[in-house]
Amino acid sequence: MSLEGQLFLALLEGAVSGLVLALMALGLSLVFGVMRIVNVAHGEFYMLGAVLAWYLATTANFLVALVAAPLIVGGVALASDRLVLRPIKYAPEATIVATIGLLYIFQQLVLSIYGPYARSIAPPVYFRVDLPWFGYSGYKIIVAGLAALLLAATWLLVTRTRLGLYMRATQQDREIAQAFGVPVERIYAAAFALGAVLAALAGVLVLPIQQAHYLMGLDPLLLSFMVVIIGGLGSLKGTLAAAILIGLVDGLVSVFFTPTLARIVASILVAMVLVLRTEGLYGEGAG
Amino acid sequence: MSGAAGATPRAGRVFGLHLAVIALLLGLQFLLPPFHHGMVARIMILATYAIGYNLLLGYTGLMSLGHAMFFSAGMYATGLAVYYRGVGTVEGLVLGLAAAILLAVIIGLITLRTTGVAFLIVTMMFAQVFFLTTLYFNAITGGDQGLVLSGRVPPLRFGNWEVALTHPAVKYNLALAVLTVCLLLTLWVTRSPAGRVLIAIRENADRTRMLGYNVFNYKLLALVLSGAVSGLAGSVWTLLFSYVGSSYAGILYSIYPLLWTLLGGAGTVLGPLVGTGLMTYIVDLTSGLTDSYLLVVGAALILCIMWLPTGVMGGVRRRWWSWLP
Repeated sequence: MSLEGQLFLALLEGAVSGLVLALMALGLSLVFGVMRIVNVAHGEFYMLGAVLAWYLATTANFLVALVAAPLIVGGVALASDRLVLRPIKYAPEATIVATIGLLYIFQQLVLSIYGPYARSIAPPVYFRVDLPWFGYSGYKIIVAGLAALLLAATWLLVTRTRLGLYMRATQQDREIAQAFGVPVERIYAAAFALGAVLAALAGVLVLPIQQAHYLMGLDPLLLSFMVVIIGGLGSLKGTLAAAILIGLVDGLVSVFFTPTLARIVASILVAMVLVLRTEGLYGEGAG
Repeated sequence: MSGAAGATPRAGRVFGLHLAVIALLLGLQFLLPPFHHGMVARIMILATYAIGYNLLLGYTGLMSLGHAMFFSAGMYATGLAVYYRGVGTVEGLVLGLAAAILLAVIIGLITLRTTGVAFLIVTMMFAQVFFLTTLYFNAITGGDQGLVLSGRVPPLRFGNWEVALTHPAVKYNLALAVLTVCLLLTLWVTRSPAGRVLIAIRENADRTRMLGYNVFNYKLLALVLSGAVSGLAGSVWTLLFSYVGSSYAGILYSIYPLLWTLLGGAGTVLGPLVGTGLMTYIVDLTSGLTDSYLLVVGAALILCIMWLPTGVMGGVRRRWWSWLP
């Protein structure tokens, strides 16, 4: 393939993975912003989404998986919020420890029930998009489109609905919001579940492209952290921009360098962004 | 808080308790069957690692998620020097310690500008960089497979007197010696003026700064002490168990000392030892029931944070021994 072909492929792959990453990172960012907690188990919601989708798609069909898997994961998130996070009052460091605990519990339960397999499914629709240099999987284009639609829907939910208003109010000032009658605890639960649903949706969408495996959550988790840190916590536009940027850079860099070196450089850069940002972790407001 | 308000901590009682614990461990080696003998030796080194972690979390209030980089810096510096250069045991230990201290100074200068959750994430990121670096240079480090040092670890030499590190009794007592030194270091920290400043930072950093202390420098001191002890533990682990590998640099080995310290009681001198011992035996006992021992780790983390926020020794201090440091 010619160099321009390679570049175009890298861009295309970058855009697709960037949009999926944006979906997942948006969930993390919502939880970060509204609840002021770091959910280390976010990658496991993605993994649970993919694994449940594998079961559902092989027993029923992909459409059932696309609807049911995220809903089940949302239920799991609600239960985690109620049983673990609320009792520890969302204390920042305690929450990190608790969600690390959840991470291992989800991972190991999937390992013992689903097994150590990496399994995929055939794309629900199959067609090729012919480009001058190569043919491209039509399903990947659909994934990108669906991810974009879901991002737009989430944005509408946050900016145009009462639930979104409550979320933004809670994000700005929890106590004032509560004084104005916002049911903060329920908003916390809703934000946590919504974040998990977004991660699970990303997991379902990538299942036909990648493989469902009990350890698949770790890499997207680290990438989402990078996105959220660069994009600004709780900032929707920032998250979207950073996800596409990281998706593209990741796509381009891995064509020319080894993935390990790319990860090393990216991790250092992101850590330095966080160190040098003077306004701290919660730099940006709602956006 | 090295004692209840108003009560002067009694040096005799405090030293008596810790010497008793060390004497107990010294005596235990003659009673334990071989399997538990080896297990306790491993626990003592891992507990040393947790003691290093506790210096930062328990006495300065900084929660790191990247201590595996200090542990494995000690491990790799010692292991690589022994593997490729055939250096002696003592030189290997010094190298491991020096590498961990150097890394802690650099990481401290960068990461200590952040606090709280940001510190947690930044340390995790740098540890990830360290982990990926060990994979990237897999031609040298052996990557995932690691390097096996069997037969290459030189005996410990004092003049003409030599001791091979392969003998179980030597392993046990060397581990105990390292543990003892680090326990006493923690005790010193709780009683020295510098240590009291660290505790003041844990309780209220702004107020400590207002009193005229350079909070950044004290935090750096704590991080370097913590990194040094963690690195020493990694270095000794390599010498005694003849292995270096990137799995020890992974995120799990940053989470372990956090779990052990929380379980035993952050901010107590004996907590890390108690937590490491308990957790190691819990995992060992349950491994007969389930293969997924990480399930136990996960559940322990959650249970600790929900129902045992001060840990075992923190609970002991609250209920019975208010003088416990």
